[in-house]
Amino acid sequence: MLNKISFKLIFTVSLAVIIIISAYAYFNIRAQSKVLLTEIERHADQESEIIKSSTKDAMLNNNRELIHKIIKTIGRQQCIHTVRILNKEGEIIYSSDTTVIGKMLDKKAEACYTCHASGVPMEKLPMKNRTRIFRLYPDSARIFGIINPIYNEPSCYNAPCHVHPRNKKVLGVLDLTICLKFVDQKIADAKLKMVIFAIVSILAISFILWFFVRIWVSKPVNELVDATKEVAAGNLNYTLPELGNDELGILSRSFNNMTKKLAEARLQLFQSDKLASLGRLAAGVAHEINNPLTGILTYSSFLLKRTKDQPELQNDLSVIVRETKRSREIVKGLLDFARQSVPKKNKANINQIINHSLKVVENQLTISNIEIVKDLPENLPEVTVDANQIQQVFTNLLVNAGHAIGEKGGRVSIKSSVLSLKPYGNAKVKQALCPKGHNLMDPVVKIHGLASIKMGAKADGNSGFIHLDPIYGKNENHYGIQMKEGAQLDLFCPKCQVSLIDKKKKCPKCGSPVYFFEIPGKGRFEGCTAKGCDWQFWQEIENEGAKDYIEIKISDTGCGIPKENLPKIFEPFYTTKGQKGTGLGLAVIWGIIDNHNGTITVDSEVNVGTTFTVRLPVA
Amino acid sequence: MSKIFDVLAIDDEQVILDSIVRLCSLRDWQVDTAQDALIGLDKISKNKYKIIISDIMMPQLDGFELLDRLRQEDINIPVIITTGYSTVENAVKSLYSGAIDFLPKPFTVEELLSCLSRGMRYREIQEAFEAHQGPIDDDTIFFVPCPAKYYRLGYGSWSLLEEDGSLKVGLTDLFLRTIEGIERIEFMNIEEEIVQGNSCAQIYTNDELVHHLLAPISGRIVKRNKNLLKDHSLIEKDPYFEGWMYTIIPTDLDFESKRLIPCTAETI
Repeated sequence: MLNKISFKLIFTVSLAVIIIISAYAYFNIRAQSKVLLTEIERHADQESEIIKSSTKDAMLNNNRELIHKIIKTIGRQQCIHTVRILNKEGEIIYSSDTTVIGKMLDKKAEACYTCHASGVPMEKLPMKNRTRIFRLYPDSARIFGIINPIYNEPSCYNAPCHVHPRNKKVLGVLDLTICLKFVDQKIADAKLKMVIFAIVSILAISFILWFFVRIWVSKPVNELVDATKEVAAGNLNYTLPELGNDELGILSRSFNNMTKKLAEARLQLFQSDKLASLGRLAAGVAHEINNPLTGILTYSSFLLKRTKDQPELQNDLSVIVRETKRSREIVKGLLDFARQSVPKKNKANINQIINHSLKVVENQLTISNIEIVKDLPENLPEVTVDANQIQQVFTNLLVNAGHAIGEKGGRVSIKSSVLSLKPYGNAKVKQALCPKGHNLMDPVVKIHGLASIKMGAKADGNSGFIHLDPIYGKNENHYGIQMKEGAQLDLFCPKCQVSLIDKKKKCPKCGSPVYFFEIPGKGRFEGCTAKGCDWQFWQEIENEGAKDYIEIKISDTGCGIPKENLPKIFEPFYTTKGQKGTGLGLAVIWGIIDNHNGTITVDSEVNVGTTFTVRLPVA
Repeated sequence: MSKIFDVLAIDDEQVILDSIVRLCSLRDWQVDTAQDALIGLDKISKNKYKIIISDIMMPQLDGFELLDRLRQEDINIPVIITTGYSTVENAVKSLYSGAIDFLPKPFTVEELLSCLSRGMRYREIQEAFEAHQGPIDDDTIFFVPCPAKYYRLGYGSWSLLEEDGSLKVGLTDLFLRTIEGIERIEFMNIEEEIVQGNSCAQIYTNDELVHHLLAPISGRIVKRNKNLLKDHSLIEKDPYFEGWMYTIIPTDLDFESKRLIPCTAETI
């Protein structure tokens, strides 16, 4: 509670309010008291003058009885404490309090002191010195006193009583004391009001602060605290609601951004962890399995050697030897996976490889009521492939087809054919160099899953990059530069800035400038710089003419793949099988086919089926 | 009492030892076995062996440590390294550390026998070389060492850096002398990649064995020796010049050349 922001804020603000109000009250009450006192001073002075003038006649007539009476009457008034008249010697001659009449006052008494402080008594006094405030007892109310000297006047020394000689200047003093009880009461009231006002304003300010702090600070802060707790507990998908445009809103947005980034990082970590554990698994499996495999392989090949005269045994044993060798290659493939090994290519009949794959998965598919339709024409030309790797491709694709169909049954068809493809629209650029020999390939920006060709670009005063489609003639380029239609485009090597424009040539289709780059061992690649123009020319490949490809189509009647997932399926670690799949299957397939200079594409319709098309060059 | 064996097999897996014993019986080779390199070293100090075939991963002393100990103790019995964890790194490292051959597990009868028979021949040449007294002349030549500037992987294959940055690859005279009567050689194709420590050619001999030549360095084959393709006997006549096998564009020359042995320091 004490640590809450709202409490701290309220506490500080209250403290400030208390200080401000106290200062205000102090000065205000002081001013008020001053005004009151001045007023009282004036009032008392006036009153003393009134007493003086009302007793004047009686004094001149020396009518003491009347003077006593007047003073008594006045002294009876509520506010007046005492009225005394002293003669010059300090004897109280008249007083509202009759008991003190005739008493001598010491010159050092509070009423006398102001005039008699110095040796020679003062005759004229400023108002300030005539007044005094004192208490009779420490706990009694304050009393205001004013002395009014009674001066000798002609009427005094000419009066018939001849009491006062002419040369005297001051005849006596009228001392009036007024009780300040009511004034003090008023000041105390004002003080109390101030205190009440201070408390009320502190309460009001606290409430207002509490209310707005709650809306603007506590609520969003609590949301943030909850969110951090969620994140700490591992829920990185937790997102904060929009918290406005203030600093906390900015904080919430950067918090959401942070969790998003964290989630991505964690996913990557998780994936690289997956890969690392796959590597460890591979190493472990390789070592553990290779030893027993050595036993099988040596003994079976030993038997094969010793039973040359028994053809029956020979067949069976050669199956064992062959399959053990295959296991050896699988384990080796597992080990080489991280190393992205190069395929061991040999001439092979694709249908034979397909049949081998089918044999592996046949049982699994027929159990699930899946019909296998084969269309594998004979006399297909041979392909140069790593038979084990390609068999792995077909096995994986068939297993995937089986999973897509599931338990309900369906059909898987596999079809092979030869087709001749022109290089235009099919040939892949795998290496590209600028005239100075810098590599232009950019594996970061991929087009059709292939590394693109990156060029620096300038047009209309803007500069940026263009990523060319690595498939010859496809022209699905990425333009990372703002330019108008038909603007002149200047292309150059992003590393050394050497121009990639061939000044001697113009595009035969539209007359625009032509860019070019070198392909190591495969001559020169040219293309039109105009954005809409699809002219490209690759002499060396065109000379080779149309190439024969074996096309293998594997179709299933399974659940299909949603369109939005199609671009992702060949990415490593993309999986729809959850923890059951590594997400590597199709990525490995893609890598294998790419290593064979082939292509793999996918067509799919949800609830209708999926077709994978693999094309391998005939060589 | 010191015994004489042909082969000392060191492996922590009994089935491997058993199968080596069994397969060697085909050639009437006497095989002694040890379950660990430490036991093997003990046996080496007591008995006589022509060649050693050893696993890498063993509980007490591993294959690489065995090679180190043999070198320290100046024992020059040829060692063939075999392992279930058959990566290129292990193959190249063991050849660099002094093994004469690397045999990945699992192996077939033919693979083991061809490897062992090369080892036996190697041992014979080695013994004759050591026994020889006096100057070596044309009549007493044991093998032609590969020329200076050449680099070799183990004793089998060599590579030579050409001026244009490409590499020539071939096999050594010593390797030729450990095999018998070449019938045919199966080469790899142009554009294919060879990988250091992996087979880059298969040599079929008339004793029904197939010998794998391990590539000295990785790279893409850009040229093959057409004369050699026509007539494989060329390699026997001049293995270092006329009998080259491939011209390759290396993929990682700087890293891989560190694991090659310069031919200037050729001993047996």
